[in-house]
Amino acid sequence: MDLTELHGIAERERARRKAIRIHCCTSLGCHASGALELQRRLEAAVEAAGRADTVEVVGVGCIGFCGHGPLVSVEPSGLLFERVTPEQAPDIVAALDGGPCAAQRGDPNHPFFSRQLLVVRRNGGRIDPERIEEYIAAGGYQALYDVLHDQSPAEVIDAITRSGLRGRGGAGYPTGLKWATVAKSKGAPQGAPRKFVVCNGDEGDPGAFMDRSILESDPHLVLEGMSIAAYAVGADQGFLYVRGEYPLAIQRLSKAITQARKHGLLGSQIFDTAFDFKVEIRVGAGAFVCGEETALIASIEGRRGQPRPRPPYPAERGLWGCPTLINNVETFANIAPIISRGADWYAGIGTAKSRGTKVFALAGKIRNTGLIEVPMGITLREIVEELGGGTADGSPVKAVQTGGPSGGCIPASLFDTPVDYESLAAVGSIMGSGGMVVMDDATSMVEIARFYMEFCMDESCGKCVPCRVGTVQMHHLLDRICNGEATPAEIVQLEELCQLVRETSLCGLGQSAPNPVLSTLRYFRDEYEERLRHEALAEEAP
Amino acid sequence: MSAKTLTIDGQMVSAGADESILQAAREAGIRIPTLCHLDGLSEMGACRLCLVEVVGTSKLQPACHTSVAEGMEVRTDTERLRAHRRAIVELIFAERNHVCAVCVASGHCELQNLAAAVGMTHVRYEYLAPSCAVDISHARFGIDHNRCVLCTRCVRACDEVEGVHTWDIAGRGTESRLITDLHVPWGEAASCTSCGKCLLACPTGAIFHRGSTVAELEHEPTRIAAIVAARSERW
Repeated sequence: MDLTELHGIAERERARRKAIRIHCCTSLGCHASGALELQRRLEAAVEAAGRADTVEVVGVGCIGFCGHGPLVSVEPSGLLFERVTPEQAPDIVAALDGGPCAAQRGDPNHPFFSRQLLVVRRNGGRIDPERIEEYIAAGGYQALYDVLHDQSPAEVIDAITRSGLRGRGGAGYPTGLKWATVAKSKGAPQGAPRKFVVCNGDEGDPGAFMDRSILESDPHLVLEGMSIAAYAVGADQGFLYVRGEYPLAIQRLSKAITQARKHGLLGSQIFDTAFDFKVEIRVGAGAFVCGEETALIASIEGRRGQPRPRPPYPAERGLWGCPTLINNVETFANIAPIISRGADWYAGIGTAKSRGTKVFALAGKIRNTGLIEVPMGITLREIVEELGGGTADGSPVKAVQTGGPSGGCIPASLFDTPVDYESLAAVGSIMGSGGMVVMDDATSMVEIARFYMEFCMDESCGKCVPCRVGTVQMHHLLDRICNGEATPAEIVQLEELCQLVRETSLCGLGQSAPNPVLSTLRYFRDEYEERLRHEALAEEAP
Repeated sequence: MSAKTLTIDGQMVSAGADESILQAAREAGIRIPTLCHLDGLSEMGACRLCLVEVVGTSKLQPACHTSVAEGMEVRTDTERLRAHRRAIVELIFAERNHVCAVCVASGHCELQNLAAAVGMTHVRYEYLAPSCAVDISHARFGIDHNRCVLCTRCVRACDEVEGVHTWDIAGRGTESRLITDLHVPWGEAASCTSCGKCLLACPTGAIFHRGSTVAELEHEPTRIAAIVAARSERW
C-alpha cells in the first residue's frame, strides 16, 4: 500500500457512491429496536420505487440519538427520521425529496445535535463501519501515512503532548506523558526487548456506552490511533481488550482488522516503511475489575483478572514484563484527528487543563437519551437542559451521576460546574469514562448509593480485604438505612468504612467505591437522616 | 549493592537498595503487622495491614511492596494506621466463621495474634456467617474454609516453592474460595504431591493435619523461607 493506492481507494469509493444515501443506524441501540429489518425493507422499497440507480441504503454507525431509534438520516438533504418502523420504509423512500411522510420527522438542528462538536464521532452515522473503503474515503489512514513518512516517533509524542489530550478512561492522565514514558522505558534487564500497545475497551460503568459506540461505529479510527501510538512508542504488537458483552463491537473490530491486514495497513512494512504492527482482539469474560490496567494485563496473559500493586506501572513493566502502553478506546480515537488537524487545533478546544472534546452517554431520567460529544468546559446545565432537554415528564432534575461506581452525584444546585477533570473532582465526582445518569425528584439518593455499592460489592475481585469485605459491610449498612432500620451511629460507621476502603484498598475499584456514598452524604445527607429508625432518633434526642 | 538511608518512626535506618520498607523496618526492630506476607514467597500486597505513611505522598503505601528510597521518611504507627489496621482485622473476623474456641490453631494463630496486636476487643461489623465447606478428602490434610482468610500464602507456596500450583482461587469478592486443581476435592487433585507446604504457610487453622484437635496445630511458616534459602545460591 502506498499513498497513490490509498487515494485510489478513496476516489473509487466516492465514484461508486450514489447521489442519495439513506443512512440506517445499525449500532446496538437501533439494532435492538429492529434496525436490521428496517434496513432490508428500505432496500426493498428503493428497489420497488425504481430508484436503485440514484439511491443507496447504507447501514451506518451510531447517529447518537439512541433513545429515539431506530434512526434514519438522508444525505445530502439532511432529513432525519426517528422511531422508524419497517412498515414506514416505502414512505421514507417516497419522501426522499422532502415530501410529507408518515414516519416521525426528527430535527437535525435540535440543540442535541447543534451543540455538539464532533471529533471522535465525526464518522458515526455517516459511514458503514464494516467497509474500510468508506473510512478511507473519509480521510482515514492518511494520518498514519503522514506520521510514518514525515514524523519521527518523538515528533508524534510531542504533538500528542502539545494537544493536551488526557486519558479518556476517567483518570485523565496526560496521554503524551504516558507515551513518552513507554517510549523511553527499556523494560526489565532480562526481559525481551518488546513493547506492547493495549486498547482498553472493557467499558463497564452502569449507563455508559461511549466506547461501545465508537468501536461499533468507527473501528478503523481506533485501529489507526493504536498504530500511530505503536509507531510512537516502538511497539509491534497490539491488543484490543473488549468486554464479551459487546458482540457487535467485537464482530466489527474483527472485520476491520481483517480488512486493514488485507490492505497492508496492519502487518509488516506498513506503507512501505520498516514499521510492523499486528493487532489481536482479546475478549473479556465479564469482570468489571479487568478495566483496571494491571488486572487487564493479567487477563490478557491468561491469568486470573486481578490487579497488582503499582508501581511498577505498565509503562515500565506491563504485558509479560514488557513496557506496555494502555489507553482507552476514546483516547485512541482522538489520535488520528489530532495528527491530521494539528495539536494546536485540538488544544484550542476545551479549557486550559482539559483540552478537546468528551463523549458522554446521557441516560436515566432524561428526555434525549443518547450519545453526545461536547467540548470540555461546557456546563452540566447546558448538557442536561439544552442537549438533554430535561426530564421526559418535565419534573425537575435532582442530580447527575458521573463516573459510574467510581464517581459521584452532583446536585442540580451545582449544575453550573464546567465539565473538566478538575472541576468535577472538586465537587466530589470524577469525569470518569463518560457515563452521565440523570436523576429526577422521584429518585432516592440513598437507594442510588446502595445500587452503586452493590455493583462494587459484586465486582470486587476479592484480592484485598478492605474492598472484599468493606464493600459488603457498607452495602449492609446502606441496606439497613434504606429499610429504615439504621441508627445515627450507623451513618458514622458508614463514613468510617468509606474512609477505610478509600485509603487502604489495593486498586482504583476499591479506592473509589465509597465515592457514590460520600457524594450523596455530602449533598443529600437529609435523605439519609429521614430514613433512620424513628425510635432511635427519639432515644438520642436530649 | 548500594545502600539507602531512611527514617522509620524517627529512627535512622540503613537498608539495601532493593529492600522493601518492611524488610528495613524488621532489621531495625520495628514491627509492622502483616498477614499475606511470608518470607520466601512473592509479595501479594493484599491484606493491607502493612500500609504505612510515607511523608510526601498522601497515599498509604504497602510496606511489603514499596522499595526504600534515600531520605524517605516512614511512619508505621500513627493513629490513622492503628485505626485502619484494627478495622481490617475486624473485617476479616466478620467475613468467615472464626471460632477460636474450637480451632486447631488456637494459641498459634497469626490472625489471633494480630487481633491482640492491633487491640481488637470486639467486632463492630455484621458477621457475614457464610456457609463454608470442610474438605477432608485428602489422606493427610484437611481444609476448613470457615477459617480461610484468602491470604493465598498456600497458593504461592505451592506454586513458587513446590512448583505445582495445585491451589488457586475461584469466584470473586467474598465468594472467593480456595480450590485444588480445577475445583475437585483435594483428595482427587492429581497434581498435589502431599508435600504439606501449604500447611506450613497457612497463618490460621484453615489447612490442618487430619486428626489434630483444638489448639494442637503449630504451623511453621518460617520453614518456607528456610527451604527457599537452602535452594538459593550459597555465598
